[in-house]
Amino acid sequence: MLSSHKLPVTVKVEINVLLLLVTLLGLLTRLYGIQFPRAVVFDEVYYGQFVSLYMKQVFFVDESGPPFGHMILALGAYLGGFDGNFVWNRIGAEYSNNVPVWSLRVIPALSGALCVPLGYLLMQELGYSHLVALMASVLLLLENSLIVQSRFMLLESILIFFLLLAVVSYLRYCKAPNDSSVRWVWLALSGVASSCAIGVKYMGLFTYLLLLGLATVHVWKLIGDKSLNMAVVVKQVVAQFLALIVLPVVLYLVFFYAHLSILYHSGPHDQMMSSAFQASLEGGLARITKGQPLEVAYGSQVTLRSISSKPVPCWLHSHKANYPIRYENGRGSSHQQQVTCYPFKDVNNWWIIKDPRSQDLVVSSPPRVVHHGDVIQLLHGMTSRFLNTHDVAAPMSPHSQEVSCYIDFNVSMPVQNLWRVDILNRESERESWKTILSEVRLVHVNTSAVLKLSGTSLPDWGFRQLEVIGDKVYKGYQQTGMWNVEEHRYGRSHEQKERELELNSPTHIDISCNLSFIARFLELQWRMLSVKAEESEHKYSSSPVEWITMDTNIAYWLHPSNNAQIHLIGNFVTWTLANIALAVYCLLFLAYLLRRRRKIQDIPEASWAQMVQAGAVCAGGWAVNYLPFFTMEKTLFLYHYLPALTFQILLVPVVLEHVHSHILRSPSQRWAFGGVVLAALSAVLLAYHTISPFTYGHVEMTSDQLAMLRWKESWDILLRKH
Amino acid sequence: MENRTCEAQRSQGPGTSGVRKRKASKGALEQSSGDSNGTVDVSGRQSANGTSQQWLQRGTHCPNGQGGRTVYTLILVIILSFSTRLYKILEPPHICWDETHFGKMGSYYINRTFFFDVHPPLGKMLIGLAGYLTGYDGTFPFIKPGDKYENHNYWGMRGFCAGLGSCLPPFAFVAVQELSGSPSAALISSGLLIFDTGFVTLSQYILLDPVLMFFIMASVLSMVKFHAHKHRPFSLSWWSWLLLTGVNLSGALGVKFVGLFIILLVGIKTALDLWDLLGDLTLSLVDFGKHLLARVFGLILLPLFLYITIFAVHFVILNKSGPGDGFFSSSFQSRLVGNNLHNASMPEYLAYGSTVTVKNLRIAGGYLHSHWHLYPEGVGAHQQQVTTYLHKDYNNLWLVKKQHHTDDPTGEAPDLVRHGDVIRLEHKETTRNLHSHLHEAPLTKKHLQVTGYGLNGTGDTNDLWVIEVCGGRKGDLVKVLRSKVRILHQSTGCVLYSSGKTLPKWGWEQVEVSCSPYHKDTPNSQWNIEDHINPKLPNISFAVLKPSFLEILLESHIVMIRGNSGLKPKDNEINSKPWHWPINYQGLRFSGVNETDYRVYLLGNPVIWWLNLLCLGLYVVMAFVAAASIQRGFNLDSKRRGHCGVLMRGGGMLFLGWLLHYLPFYTMGRILYYHHYFPAMLFSSMLTGITLDTLLQNTDLLFKPALAQHLQRGGQTLLLAAILYSFYLFHPLSYGMRGPLAHDPSSPMAKLRWMDSWEF
Repeated sequence: MLSSHKLPVTVKVEINVLLLLVTLLGLLTRLYGIQFPRAVVFDEVYYGQFVSLYMKQVFFVDESGPPFGHMILALGAYLGGFDGNFVWNRIGAEYSNNVPVWSLRVIPALSGALCVPLGYLLMQELGYSHLVALMASVLLLLENSLIVQSRFMLLESILIFFLLLAVVSYLRYCKAPNDSSVRWVWLALSGVASSCAIGVKYMGLFTYLLLLGLATVHVWKLIGDKSLNMAVVVKQVVAQFLALIVLPVVLYLVFFYAHLSILYHSGPHDQMMSSAFQASLEGGLARITKGQPLEVAYGSQVTLRSISSKPVPCWLHSHKANYPIRYENGRGSSHQQQVTCYPFKDVNNWWIIKDPRSQDLVVSSPPRVVHHGDVIQLLHGMTSRFLNTHDVAAPMSPHSQEVSCYIDFNVSMPVQNLWRVDILNRESERESWKTILSEVRLVHVNTSAVLKLSGTSLPDWGFRQLEVIGDKVYKGYQQTGMWNVEEHRYGRSHEQKERELELNSPTHIDISCNLSFIARFLELQWRMLSVKAEESEHKYSSSPVEWITMDTNIAYWLHPSNNAQIHLIGNFVTWTLANIALAVYCLLFLAYLLRRRRKIQDIPEASWAQMVQAGAVCAGGWAVNYLPFFTMEKTLFLYHYLPALTFQILLVPVVLEHVHSHILRSPSQRWAFGGVVLAALSAVLLAYHTISPFTYGHVEMTSDQLAMLRWKESWDILLRKH
Repeated sequence: MENRTCEAQRSQGPGTSGVRKRKASKGALEQSSGDSNGTVDVSGRQSANGTSQQWLQRGTHCPNGQGGRTVYTLILVIILSFSTRLYKILEPPHICWDETHFGKMGSYYINRTFFFDVHPPLGKMLIGLAGYLTGYDGTFPFIKPGDKYENHNYWGMRGFCAGLGSCLPPFAFVAVQELSGSPSAALISSGLLIFDTGFVTLSQYILLDPVLMFFIMASVLSMVKFHAHKHRPFSLSWWSWLLLTGVNLSGALGVKFVGLFIILLVGIKTALDLWDLLGDLTLSLVDFGKHLLARVFGLILLPLFLYITIFAVHFVILNKSGPGDGFFSSSFQSRLVGNNLHNASMPEYLAYGSTVTVKNLRIAGGYLHSHWHLYPEGVGAHQQQVTTYLHKDYNNLWLVKKQHHTDDPTGEAPDLVRHGDVIRLEHKETTRNLHSHLHEAPLTKKHLQVTGYGLNGTGDTNDLWVIEVCGGRKGDLVKVLRSKVRILHQSTGCVLYSSGKTLPKWGWEQVEVSCSPYHKDTPNSQWNIEDHINPKLPNISFAVLKPSFLEILLESHIVMIRGNSGLKPKDNEINSKPWHWPINYQGLRFSGVNETDYRVYLLGNPVIWWLNLLCLGLYVVMAFVAAASIQRGFNLDSKRRGHCGVLMRGGGMLFLGWLLHYLPFYTMGRILYYHHYFPAMLFSSMLTGITLDTLLQNTDLLFKPALAQHLQRGGQTLLLAAILYSFYLFHPLSYGMRGPLAHDPSSPMAKLRWMDSWEF
């Protein structure tokens, strides 16, 4: 492509004035006055805490989505010089002076504004005229819900931006001539944008799958195209595979790599992670475990953490309280000392590993390391009682054995305190027991019961701590029956008093523990997917059925002193038009499809192909972004519908164009139709203007005005009572 | 017809196909050319695939001299199938696993007692019928697994299920034979099913699964057969297979809702079929309309009619009151002999001082209920819970009281409650008043919380409710059972509402009651007075309006669907996940736990299951290669093209069937079990037959023909031997084991415990 013989270099610039115009208007509607209100608006309260943690480089886990979205928001904060010092606890709280509100909100606003020209470009790529493209972008421009969502520190506008970008660039790639090299750039851009979309929210996956579907059809046509030789086909297929599958996966990993490298301080969610993961963070557990001895030996003082983090992470615990003689339901217990699992760090979590054949409670030198298959006793550090289990029903799980710290009441209940160490992730049969790394099952020697967390909590007499049982029918691979040594030191003191002092002091000695990036990524990803947010209904949550007709809204912000307020409410006219367009499109498509099957050609082949492609992108985009919500059980909000809505709106000009050029035959009809379209557009503008007080929240309103704007009874409009 | 296609097959040399391909690529050759000249080429265009498939379809009917042998093989399959299922059918002579449910429900039919179950009635009805015909009298209580049958006649019910289960392999044989035209593929498929320990075990007990799978398999078979007759439309056999498909579909749906998946499969297949017919321009639109209507009748109307008939029979048989009453509306209960609403006799109008039960009008809405337990901390006010509850219980009783405490002078007739009156409802057992206040409800956060408040009927002004008859005017009397009533909270104006959401453990998994500020007239906010006890008023007999059959049908379906989605896994129970199933991760204990027990463990033969899993992957690769080579227009000879057709058409249908019977489980929130995979396994086994057979027949792609011939024979023999030997190894799982458990090294099964998660 080098045109070296053509000197001097000329630069040809084409400017599409229309495109420029809608872009400017987009910027105006989205960016105008975004510092207002200078208060926390709706979900800013949620994303804000993560932005703060980014600024402080503190590790966190957010199960709602991958980290790229938070990173983009944090970028805004970084550029604005935010120090992260703000308490994100209440919607409507005033921002303090150190919060750069404008730069926090500008990135979502910019992305939202750029969606407008992207809509224009998408129509162009689908082969429609400038007029059609203009209409698409105007509808997006005047969509109140998209504007509201763009103007605050929220992720949807960024998501929609990447979705549109991915589709536009893929269509560009498909349309570009075979020999141009720019097309590879478009293809790669499509992959990058898809990955970014998924990185912002998992929802991006839906559009990504649609894109993969389009790519599959494309590839299939390439395979069938006999005018291309095999090498070209293979090249194309491999390129698409690399750009649309390999590249996104790699980028996704890169997001996590960046996430984990930026956030290296320990933080509030440490406890959700494994000990090994926590040890890789600075501060927190690492401060405690740094320099622990690696191999557990006889005489070691340890805390044992349950591998299962359900319902909460906890440590094997005992304390000076016995099981009640009789439970509420009349069953009896051994009345021995309680053994529980306790979700907080406590001196009572310390246990001493003892060799049954010797009386020593200190580590000999050299230390005698415990191996897989060895039999040990576990002595509770503070009370000096042995971990024991016997054929007495456990308090909450009567089918399992009670676990206690043995007290001899002389009631012919023999001591049974021998445990076999079963290292599950061993690589050899004589593997030694390693701090943090080894996952251990403790099998009771007399009864083969396995020490296990039952998952239920004890009632008041057990201080609501978690129940620990001996499970006789333990089978398979259960996390609840696995433990690891978290804190560990070699015991030095012979006397009980000294030992108590020792237990109360922090651990010292030195070694470190490294976890590879992939291991950390897998663990974090797994946690994010498996942590279930509590399924509770929110005041503004809604069901997907309500979205189509906009039967629901979300109050984002209310002025502290008057009735000015911001709501997520869409442009009612646009929503209706989009619904009608979708219905008309489906009917037309079906009719044409059936008639074509009977070899009746109503429209030229090219128009049909164009219609199918536009439908696949717009109606398909709507379907993939909307229908899956019906199967989801999480709490849903109206803003989840916005990506689907964006695609649905783009269908409006497609259908109008089709009706205009293929269904209406006479010029007079077309003129009339033009008039109707103009009237509809004016209605859109009018509706935008009417609802805009709820969009920008700058107008003080009387209760009458509010009542006027409450077009649907189901909308929750806030009314301040004076 | 058959001869002609065979000629076509022979005459189609490589030379002619080249010529036609060029023609096809110009787009000139489309659908219609197939029938007239008998030669069809596989063109590169997708639209022509239908034609090539038609050709293959007929190609498979060529007499190949193996007809006689096929029949003998089929007879062998039938004998083996029945003997493996009926062997030791009476053991163990005690209740195994879910026999406790389905046997019990069979007994209910014999005793004509009304019950509630989440599955449609056909399966249990057939089990009941089988029991009835073989002399079981319905007296065995089926209390819990392990109970001895003693001298009750249980062999009939077990034998019936085993008989239906034994039909699966022969059906698979015929279906695969029809789809692939290869007896060896059919033999492999049926062999997999015969010698799978999972299928053997699941067929041997009184369960719904053999009945369900029988209907699924029969639907597949009749659909395939119907399809094979497509060149003789509207002939007698065409019609009979069509109608048979419809009958089997309604049977499958009548046993379990899983039957919906096979309906979906048949639906998709039929739609594709119609699509082909529509594209056939030699067929006039009228003819097409006939085709369409025939299918609508056979596959939609007929099954629907039969399905409704099943329910009609169900309701006619079960006419006595039983354990399922409370799940249904008051008017439904009045149909049942023995229910207190049957020929009800109670005071006609609601009066002060009466003891009442209040039932929500939502379908499967429960009784307004309260109990001594409080809402936990953090959930609104720490006051007594108010819920709705589906079972009849003394905690459902409420007293109707006036706004102010005025004890009625004894003896006098009490005042009647009127539309617009302000009343208090006092919970009889706990003497707390129905109460609401400005706290959000536990689950529906937009609503207010409803609690029980006060002591001995003394509370505050938030205990006052306005009672209104829907559609009534001020002063109207409230009719017991027949009036729809709204109960409005006086101070906040909200309406008593049952959201239908199940409370967590602290609420005993009963249903939430809240007070809704939105006054939409929905059944959720409407109630009726069901029981009405007032000794001071005369009881009047009146007939409650009997619901129509369609209302009963709708009601029972909604109750079933609610019941199904209500089967949530318990918190600390290990439940089976769909990804466990294809890898045979964990089975189910049917009988026995200890060393001394007679133990039966439902677990698939791992050799067969892993082979199936492997073949699913293999199939995807092979089908892709086949489709891509046709799409690319490679020059294939007729045999190879035949194999491509079998893979894409027959295999594709089976693969789709597997997907439809497997993937939906990932989206289900209800509790899942290992045996849910068995319908999918049917499809997977048939697919394995086709895949492996095609693979073995194409060994000549890599090897010399002579060697390939040997490879093919050897491969088939080896495969059958492996299946047989693995069955020999694992047969104790189905036919019972005693002695030490397998994790004990001294057990004979110890060496067979290939996965730690197996627990036999």
